[in-house]
Amino acid sequence: MNKEEIRADFPILQRKVNGKPLVYLDNAASSQKPLVVIDTISNYYKHNYSNIHRGVHTLSQEGTEMYENVRKKTASFINAVSQNEIIFTKGTTDAFNLLAHSYSRSFLKKGDKVLISTMEHHANIVPWQIAAEIYGIELVECPIHTDGTLDTNAYDKLLETGINLVSITYVSNTLGTINPIKELIAKANAKNIHFIVDAAQASPHMILDVQDLGCDFLTFSAHKMLGPTGVGILWGKSELLNQMQPYQGGGDMIDKVTIAKTTYNDIPHKFEAGTPNIADVIGFGAALDYLLELGMDNIAAEEHALLTYASTQLKTIPNLKIYNESSQKAPVISFNVGEIHPYDIGVLLDQFGIAIRTGHHCTQPLMDFYSIPGTCRASFAFYNTTSEIDYFVESLIKTIAILS
Amino acid sequence: MSNPKSISEIQQIIIDDFEFLEDWTEKYNYIIDLGKELAPLDEQYKIDENKVKGCQSQVWLHSSLNPDGTIEFLADSDAIITKGLIAMVTKVFTNQSPADILKSELTFIEEIGLHSHLSPTRSNGLASMIKLIKIYASAYQSKLSNV
Repeated sequence: MNKEEIRADFPILQRKVNGKPLVYLDNAASSQKPLVVIDTISNYYKHNYSNIHRGVHTLSQEGTEMYENVRKKTASFINAVSQNEIIFTKGTTDAFNLLAHSYSRSFLKKGDKVLISTMEHHANIVPWQIAAEIYGIELVECPIHTDGTLDTNAYDKLLETGINLVSITYVSNTLGTINPIKELIAKANAKNIHFIVDAAQASPHMILDVQDLGCDFLTFSAHKMLGPTGVGILWGKSELLNQMQPYQGGGDMIDKVTIAKTTYNDIPHKFEAGTPNIADVIGFGAALDYLLELGMDNIAAEEHALLTYASTQLKTIPNLKIYNESSQKAPVISFNVGEIHPYDIGVLLDQFGIAIRTGHHCTQPLMDFYSIPGTCRASFAFYNTTSEIDYFVESLIKTIAILS
Repeated sequence: MSNPKSISEIQQIIIDDFEFLEDWTEKYNYIIDLGKELAPLDEQYKIDENKVKGCQSQVWLHSSLNPDGTIEFLADSDAIITKGLIAMVTKVFTNQSPADILKSELTFIEEIGLHSHLSPTRSNGLASMIKLIKIYASAYQSKLSNV
């Protein structure tokens, strides 16, 4: 991988923060954007923009084609059977809200159980809690081990207790843990239990193949994989999506409307009410092209090398505790240093121009599990360099000295 | 007991102190020292009612009315930089009268170049704490005028 060339594609990586070159290690929260994504969005507004799907004029047709092409690209990116199984949402959170409402309404009844895990992002917890209030379903928590891995024995046992739906993350946003998702899905499949995969943290780093995984639904966000904010993807098996009631009503999602009754459009449009986020979906298409050109395998290898390099260096710092020390994980390192509050570390690293994330990372149940207020989280992308990691570690050591 | 110095005088002292600090490391070292010097809040006051809504660092603020009608503020935080910042804010407002607190303008944080700590993304509870101090002052003032 030619780092210099790659870094030149990302305009923001040239900027300074607090007088120092930006070192961006908050990729798990959101990735930066290559110029081609920014230009694609800008060019669409400059040359092709209009509302899509219903217009007979040229601009509308061009826009519709561009938008629907990204649906095709997305389907092929995750090896979906059909592009009609790709629903564009506002993000992973939005996709979970859609599922929690539409799936619960169509498939679950009072007392039915949804299995999640301790390491879930709030996006895979709170929508189910809201659905629990509306539909009377129950949330069941699969525990984890202190090393940050899922307790698969507990999972097996819980599957025997009348679970109706499983919704578990592929990769933990806080710990980087890669769950044995294929195994978990196979076990659920064997009992005819539907399985939702939260792939928000997996999609930027690895090849996703929904047919190979065998899951029923999968969610992810464009903005974590070089794309713009405001675009998420919900993939679902068409036979399930066809049976589900729409989540929101309005334009685009209808077949025929009378004041007395409305019939709905077919999937995917049934789940895309209102004017969609056209420009950003088209921008996401450029992000997918960029990722595919680099190759997901190359990206994974590069990021794994950065993870290993950073872990080895961080482990030399006294009193530094990494949550999930496994080397087989996503390029995410969550850590604390002695009794130092992560907030203090984050504030001082910012003075060095280094962006990491501190806090609970939208995983408060996981923080409660470890009895900590939060962690410092450094997360890497293929455009990061080993010299950035050197500078990060060096600055972290200085930060610890200031705070001790 | 009533503070012999006014709110604006104390703010000026803090601003003057910061003038001698050359770069950000000196500034933060100074803030961290202030945090270390701030006496920890008595455990009996570290209760939910005294928790200031923050996100990342936890702030506790306890207030009580002095016999002379001024308000005593005691505060604490689990993060040392936040603790240093609230040490300064407490120093400015404690043992001042509700009327003085209400008409005061807090300018020193900006003047010493730390306004980013008031931004909501910092979620350190500092901005909420300042709001809360004014709310307490207003509550004590109406309590006093009703006596």
